Amino acid sequence: MTRAAAKRAKTVQLLHLAHARSGDKGDTANVGLIALKPAFYPILVKTVTAARVARHFRGVIRGPVERYELPNLHALNFLLHGALGGGGTVSLKTDAQGKVFSTALLRMRINLPGGLRVR
Amino acid sequence: MGAVTRRAPAASSARSIRIAAGQGFWGDWLEAPARQVEGGPIDYLVMDYLAEVTMSILQKQRARNPALGYATDFVTAMQRLLPELARRRIRVVANAGGVNPAGCARAVLEAARAHSLAGQVKVGVVTGDDLLDRLGALLAAGHGLVNLDTGRPLSDVRPAVQSANAYLGAAPVVEALRQGADIVITGRVTDTGLSLAPMMHEFGWRSDAWDRLAAGTVAGHIIECGAQCSGGNCLVDWQHIDLDDPGYPIIEAHADGNFAVTKHPGTGGRVSVATVTEQLVYEMGDPRAYITPDCIADFTTIQLRQAGRDRVEVSGVRGRPATEFLKVSAAYACGFKAVGTLVYAWPDALAKARRADQVLRARLSALGLAYEEILTEFVGANATHGRLAPAPGPDLAEVQLRVGVRAPDRAPVERFTREIAPLILNGPPSVTGFAGGRPKVEEVVAYWPALIPKSEVKPVVEVWEA
Repeated sequence: MTRAAAKRAKTVQLLHLAHARSGDKGDTANVGLIALKPAFYPILVKTVTAARVARHFRGVIRGPVERYELPNLHALNFLLHGALGGGGTVSLKTDAQGKVFSTALLRMRINLPGGLRVR
Repeated sequence: MGAVTRRAPAASSARSIRIAAGQGFWGDWLEAPARQVEGGPIDYLVMDYLAEVTMSILQKQRARNPALGYATDFVTAMQRLLPELARRRIRVVANAGGVNPAGCARAVLEAARAHSLAGQVKVGVVTGDDLLDRLGALLAAGHGLVNLDTGRPLSDVRPAVQSANAYLGAAPVVEALRQGADIVITGRVTDTGLSLAPMMHEFGWRSDAWDRLAAGTVAGHIIECGAQCSGGNCLVDWQHIDLDDPGYPIIEAHADGNFAVTKHPGTGGRVSVATVTEQLVYEMGDPRAYITPDCIADFTTIQLRQAGRDRVEVSGVRGRPATEFLKVSAAYACGFKAVGTLVYAWPDALAKARRADQVLRARLSALGLAYEEILTEFVGANATHGRLAPAPGPDLAEVQLRVGVRAPDRAPVERFTREIAPLILNGPPSVTGFAGGRPKVEEVVAYWPALIPKSEVKPVVEVWEA
């Protein structure tokens, strides 16, 4: 196993821990990230920080990232500013309304906490 | 016409009503309203037709024909459903009026007469949201209508403004229901207000019962996008959700503010904690402050419980007093755009598409054409996730080159649309997919969000009879 492959083996893609839905408000996309099991929510809170999400989307969005917590729904809400090429009708993008930023976030890999079995 | 004379649904409490969502936007499934009416007991059918951009489209339609400017799909739905709605005393609330609620109401009354329902259908008309004719006076009175995103005053784009509407809340709809309207047709009433209004009317909720108003607002938010809360567009277990005949959502609302989300038995789709949660976070900002004209709802107080198959109970919702402002959505013309596409096939599909993009840009540049933006995407490689998507290998079967341009004037955009087709014969090889013809030049109508004091907007309610 190469070092890269070994490192990868200790990480997990968010797709296996959460589901998501995204939408738009002007030039801002929101991504609601929802834990697939309540036990995964604290992992999301700890690892999927606003700074981490901003790094993930570097080069894809132009503005800052804000994060809000909804422990009652086991969900985090991210606002990605400057994400939609001007937004709504102005944007030339295929995803002018930010509909699939949801799965773009689910591509993120995070370190697999010890003892966690996701499947 | 009060709540007490209406048929109580077969729920445990007589003080509950069933509110069915029949349409999540103008262009949603035409069969949905009929499925909701014919699929089982409901008390109200609510339909949301107005996205931000819709108002400016309707404004243009009315400019061409003063009888238009509303969602014509709604009239078609009423033509089909009026006899059944009247027979079962199901009431309808829809913001189908767009920029011409009176015109929409006249068309519905006409449909009622055609069904020989004269005297049996009362139509409520809610107006007062349209600020277009008052903009000059409002600006002169010192209301800057400052853009909430950019901070610019509306006077910067005043000549280009095509529509301007305040978002009204539930109150005028409640008034129309109180006056006995069977069908309430509104202009720009909030999506959530359409569902909240029947609860306020039936349960006698006061306009300062913040927790209940917040609960009704959350219910409205859950069903405002139709089947998007009942199995549509849901990532969890999507392979196993029957979407051939998706059940649109129904709110079973109780007087104490608790409610259940469900759908008619025997339909497809799914109502689960996962499907409802995905809709709750859709287009969310600060979850503690979901601001509507009616209240501020705190989404961090919502409790969900799977209470059976396709049934989620919602409780615990807390709210705070509404603000003194209404949101205004203006639309203004800001240039032109066009998008052109070509498809390149194996081998080296992506490399060919990249080369075609370079050639196209070189030609536009040689013609001296200037654009605010030229955006190139390679559909099949990176169009939706950008650099987050892994680079495709050389064996990619095909890729779609998609180029968009935007400019203040029409001429450079028009010329761009003539530069795509030539690439088929004088550009890189293995190209196809031009069957759709030359790209269309579109006028860009941008959205301008602002606030206005509630005291400046006076909703008007009328009730007409067929």
